[in-house]
Amino acid sequence: MNYIFYFLVVSSIIIGAFTGKLNDVVNSIMSGAELSVKVAFSLIGIMAFWLGIMRIAEKSGVLKFISKLLEPITKWLFDELPPKSPAIGDVAMNFTANALGLANAATPFGIRAMEEFQTSNTKKDTASNSMCMFLAMNTAGFQLIPTTVLAILAGIGYKNPTEIIAPTLIVTSIAFFSAIIMAKIFQYLSNSQCVRIESQCERKSNIRISGDEEVGNE
Amino acid sequence: MNNLLNLISLWALPVILITILTCGIVKKVPIYEEFTIGAKDGFKVAVKIIPYLVAIIVGISMFRASGAIDLIANILSPILLKFNIPSDTLPLMLVRSLSGSGALGIFSDIANTAGPEAYSTKLAAIMLGSSETTFYVLAVYFGAVGITKIRYALIIGLLADLIGIVAAVSVCNLLFA
Repeated sequence: MNYIFYFLVVSSIIIGAFTGKLNDVVNSIMSGAELSVKVAFSLIGIMAFWLGIMRIAEKSGVLKFISKLLEPITKWLFDELPPKSPAIGDVAMNFTANALGLANAATPFGIRAMEEFQTSNTKKDTASNSMCMFLAMNTAGFQLIPTTVLAILAGIGYKNPTEIIAPTLIVTSIAFFSAIIMAKIFQYLSNSQCVRIESQCERKSNIRISGDEEVGNE
Repeated sequence: MNNLLNLISLWALPVILITILTCGIVKKVPIYEEFTIGAKDGFKVAVKIIPYLVAIIVGISMFRASGAIDLIANILSPILLKFNIPSDTLPLMLVRSLSGSGALGIFSDIANTAGPEAYSTKLAAIMLGSSETTFYVLAVYFGAVGITKIRYALIIGLLADLIGIVAAVSVCNLLFA
């Protein structure tokens, strides 16, 4: 993330100087900062609403039911999660909302899922495998119905806007499944790469934790 | 088929709401109290993601303002012509992962200048509808839990976008060319 941030800022200034748009670049700092606060604040209301509803879903056992239903798939996707984790219900809700083109409702579900992933994450500043898998699913953006696109097409007088639904579905499925497969491949590669270092670390921390308890549980 | 899809889209949230609230009442959950407890976090989460959003959105705004997108588009357009890809869709491919509102603006632009039945419009519509704003999604979700080391998440997001573009071009070529 450090390099990306550096690249975005520095390359913009250099390119801006060459293209004579340095003034626009500087102005965009102001407008960009303003836009980010607007985006965050526009989320507050809808976020509060769906977080409230999800709290009811959690307390009434709806989430647990969904989690149980999806366990065979999610066990493979998020293999480091404890079984029956409430995160699975949130993942399911996030996926459903995204698939239906309801991005505003999807974000609060996704954030709840990330919070659940964070509780079982060992390094709190580093993304876990589950988080990377979940983000892969989200950045690929599986959509059953591209609501916004259809609205724009209808608006400009496209005769049969629904004819793009099927091709969009094909493309979005290809991107979605390749994202999942790539996440699994990267997970495998990074695991085999740091297996030695991490196992040493884990052993040390295990000793530290289990110092006063019985040794040899594992 | 299309009516059915629209119907599902319209009824999904209402059905979810009714199901969750009814389950709550049946299980004797104090739904009003629990709702307000959950909703309290809405503000906290929104405020928490601001620093991450500022970093990403300012960086991307600067990048777009610098004219870098046009520069890359100029370099790439001869290559795209070989693959039968109209060059007016190129800015959309480049902006799609960076900015949602930007991509929407470019799409409206393509649709209005090329006309509703044009090949560019169809290709652009499929590309826009089948992908997400990768940088925004990463900033919001990782920001909400305070993750700064994102490992391979961005690489996957961008690779998936690239695969999406290739797939969109191929599908569009098959169906509409």
